[in-house]
Amino acid sequence: MVAGEKKGVVLLDFWVSPFAQRCRIALAEKGLAYESVEQVLLGDKGDLLLRSNPVHKKVPVLLHDGRAVCESLVILEYIEDAFPLATPRLLPADPFARAQARFWADYVDKTVYGIGTRLWRLKGEQRAAARAEMLETLRTLDAELGDRAFFAGEAFGFVDVALIPLTSWFYSYEKHGGFSVQAEFPRLAEWARRCGERDSVAKILTKPEEVLDFIGVLKKHYGVE
Amino acid sequence: MAEKGVKVFGMWASPMVIRVEWALRLKGVVYEYVDEDLANKSDALLRHNPVTKKVPVLVHDGEPIAESAIIVEYIDEVWKDGYPIMPSDPYERAQARFWAKYADEKCNAAIYPVFTATGEAQTKVVHEAQQCLKTLEKALEGKKFFGGDDFGYLDVVVGWYAYWLPIIEEVSGAKVVTDEELPVLKAWFDRILAVDVVKETLPPRDKLLALNKARREQLLSA
Repeated sequence: MVAGEKKGVVLLDFWVSPFAQRCRIALAEKGLAYESVEQVLLGDKGDLLLRSNPVHKKVPVLLHDGRAVCESLVILEYIEDAFPLATPRLLPADPFARAQARFWADYVDKTVYGIGTRLWRLKGEQRAAARAEMLETLRTLDAELGDRAFFAGEAFGFVDVALIPLTSWFYSYEKHGGFSVQAEFPRLAEWARRCGERDSVAKILTKPEEVLDFIGVLKKHYGVE
Repeated sequence: MAEKGVKVFGMWASPMVIRVEWALRLKGVVYEYVDEDLANKSDALLRHNPVTKKVPVLVHDGEPIAESAIIVEYIDEVWKDGYPIMPSDPYERAQARFWAKYADEKCNAAIYPVFTATGEAQTKVVHEAQQCLKTLEKALEGKKFFGGDDFGYLDVVVGWYAYWLPIIEEVSGAKVVTDEELPVLKAWFDRILAVDVVKETLPPRDKLLALNKARREQLLSA
C-alpha cells in the first residue's frame, strides 16, 4: 500500500448506478463499513476514478486499503473472499450451487441492462426487437426463480444482489416497451417486493420514477428524442 | 440413479471448450469428451444447457454447468486438493477475474473483426485489437505466466490466443501479435505452447486452419 492511501473500504459510486448498488447492498448486508464517494460520470471524470479504473473508467470501483477492484460482480466476489467472516455469505458453500449462482449473475449481466438501454434508446423495429428480448430474458429469470423465495432458495444471495438494483429500471422498461412485469411475471414481481423488505435494499435502491427521470437526462445527453 | 463421472460437451475447434479440458487435465481428472456438431446440436446438450445452448457444458455426476470461465472455477473448487488454478489471495483473485472478463468481453470483440476485415479496414481493426491486447499484456507484468511462476486461471482463460491468433493471422493476412507491438505477449505464447496440458489438447493445426479458412470465405461471401 502506498503511503498516504486510505485504509478501509471506499466505493467510487454514482447515485443511480444499479452496478454500484450491488456493491452497496452486499456491504450493507454484511455490516461492512465503507465510504461512498459520488462520481461525475456525464462530465469530466475525476482523477481518482481515472487512476483507479483506467481500463473502463466506470463505477463501481471498490478501493480496499487503496487497492482498486473493478467490475461489480468481481467486486461482489472480492467482498466474499476478503471478508470471510462477514455474514451473510452471498455465495453458497457447495461448488455446484456456486457455479449456478455465478451462471445466473453472469446471465443477468449479459442481458437486462444492455437490452433495457436499447429499449429506451431505439425506436421502431429495433425497439420491438429489444422488447422481445427483454420479455424473453424476464421469462427465463422468472422460470429459474420458480416458486422459490430467492434465486438460490431460502436465503438472499448472489443472484438476488445482482438483479435487484435493476428492478428500479423495470418501470422505465415497462413504459418504453408497453408491458407489465406484474402481469407477465408475477413471481418475479413478488420476488422484487420480497427483496425490497430488506433494509439494505429499501435504503439503497433508486425509486423507479427517479430512474425514469434519469433516463430523460440520458436521452438529452445522447441526443435521443 | 444419476450418471456418475465427468463429461465435457464440446466442439473440437472451440477455444472456450479447451479451457475446460486444460482445467480438468491440470487436476488429473478423467473425463469423457462429447464432440458436438453445432449446426445439429444433440438433445443431451440442449437438455443440459437450455438457456444458451452453447458449448462447453461440463456434466458432473449428471449435473450440468455452463460458461467456460465459470466451469474452470467450479473445477478448481471441486478438486481443491489438486493443482491450484485460481490464486489464493483475494486481491489476486479479483485481478484474475477482472482480466478474464476484459479478455472475453473486449479483446475477443476486438479480435473477431480482424478475422474478416480486408484492406484499409483491416489496418484499423488490427490496431484496435493490438490496443486491447496491449492493455491485457500489462497484467503479465514481467511474470512468466499471468498466474506468476505457474500456469494459472488467467492463462487458462486467454491461453487460446497463443494457438488461435497465429491461425487467424495466417487466414486473414493480418499481423497482430508482433515482436514490435506485443513482445511480452509473444514471448508468453511460446511458454503457453510448451505447457503439457496445452500440448495434449490442441486440435491439429492443418484441420483448424482449413476450418477457419472455410469459415472466413463463407463470411466474406455472405
